[in-house]
Amino acid sequence: MTSFWSMWVIVLTAITIILVTWVLFANRTQDQNTEGNTTGHVYDGIEEYNNPLPAWWFMMFVITIIFAIGYLIVYPGMGNYPGVLGWTQIDQHDREVAAADAKFRDMRDRYLALPVEEIATDPAVRKMGMRMFSNNCAQCHGSDAKGAYGFPNLTDDDWLYGGTPEAIKATLINGRMAAMPAWGSILGDQGITETTAYVQSLSGRDVDDGMAKAGEKHYQTYCAACHGADGKGNHALGAPNLANGIWLYGGSTEQISHTLRAGRNGVMPAFNDTLSEDKIHILTAYVYGLTQ
Amino acid sequence: MKHEAIETNVGLMMIGIVIALSFGTLVELVPLMFAKETNEPIAGLMPLPALELEGRDIYIREGCNTCHSQMIRPLRAETERYGHYSVAGEFVYDHPFLWGSKRTGPDLARVGKRYSDDWHRAHMYNPRDVVPESNMPAFPWLFDKELSGELTGKKMAALRAVGVPYTDEDIAGAKAAVEGKKEIDAMIAYLQQLGTLLQTRR
Repeated sequence: MTSFWSMWVIVLTAITIILVTWVLFANRTQDQNTEGNTTGHVYDGIEEYNNPLPAWWFMMFVITIIFAIGYLIVYPGMGNYPGVLGWTQIDQHDREVAAADAKFRDMRDRYLALPVEEIATDPAVRKMGMRMFSNNCAQCHGSDAKGAYGFPNLTDDDWLYGGTPEAIKATLINGRMAAMPAWGSILGDQGITETTAYVQSLSGRDVDDGMAKAGEKHYQTYCAACHGADGKGNHALGAPNLANGIWLYGGSTEQISHTLRAGRNGVMPAFNDTLSEDKIHILTAYVYGLTQ
Repeated sequence: MKHEAIETNVGLMMIGIVIALSFGTLVELVPLMFAKETNEPIAGLMPLPALELEGRDIYIREGCNTCHSQMIRPLRAETERYGHYSVAGEFVYDHPFLWGSKRTGPDLARVGKRYSDDWHRAHMYNPRDVVPESNMPAFPWLFDKELSGELTGKKMAALRAVGVPYTDEDIAGAKAAVEGKKEIDAMIAYLQQLGTLLQTRR
């Protein structure tokens, strides 16, 4: 605040306090003997008393004025004057954060020094991890971590990018961006139907043999590079295993065809900018522990 | 002056009331209109691009701000959950502000980049599909309605009149930038940029 506006606030605040004090005292009916007198107003035979304000009530007004003055001395309020305590909202927040850090940081640092495998079953880690999971992960992966359509289940042993502690941590830190291209214009409707049949046959589904045979050609040309010749997927590319009957975007003929035609671009957000290293470590252990 | 004098003179009473009420405004509000903290955008703040601007208007139309605040207070319980507390400089291009005061749903001041676009689509189509406990209404019509962009340029011009630095090119290209886009895309574009300028690791 510039010194002009600071002065503006100080002067107006002072005037307000003086004014309310004056109004209070100037209108005070001091003579206690006037009790029972009326103001002289009469309406429909109803008269208005002019009794003095009860003392406790009057004193309450006085106390609020004294409180206001005391408050403005102790806390910031008068323009740029910081108050005797030097209190600020941000400073209080920073102190709260520092106090919490002092309380929890050491503990989290102790866990940070230990390998994920070791702490994954620690009850304290599971408790902290569950809290962090609820706040940061549950919206997509579900509060039970079982995922939803388009969001992977974290409690089974099927991993898109790998289920080792290192892979989970990398997923958390940098996020993931899946890139399944759209094949609609390349394969055509017939090609999509054939490839769908072949993809379904990979997990042992009952499909038309002729269709699957034709689809296999397409698969080996376009799909095998990422999903592997045997359809077992590839963690390095985040290409799902197509042979285990677990479907991120549904395994029906219609859903698989749609995936093939339009592609899929699942995104896992990166948490490097929002969560500290020790929290990511604990969260990694929590997620890793879900399948142990 | 005795209160009889004021009570028996309506004109005097009106003047008295106006003076008494104006002090709060003069002390608490007027200085902020001229303060640096409330008028200077934070580093990197840009006026919303056309699609995001339309998304913001859909956000207002659907009443999102009645259940979601966009204001993280400097309390640890909030900054731990949502991220860096909100600062005035983030809102200098917001007309009107969407701070809100009621949180039936979570605060959205820093929701940008927190979830994937796909999640937002699924969530807006039917929140229960991704968050079974949710009591947020579904907004399926956003997936059907298309933006015409007829008024986007005018909205920008109006905002420019109150100090948002849109350029002539922004206004000229506004229609082309949003025409034919689905409302859901505008909404997600708006949400994904919310609060992304200030990030803290916590």
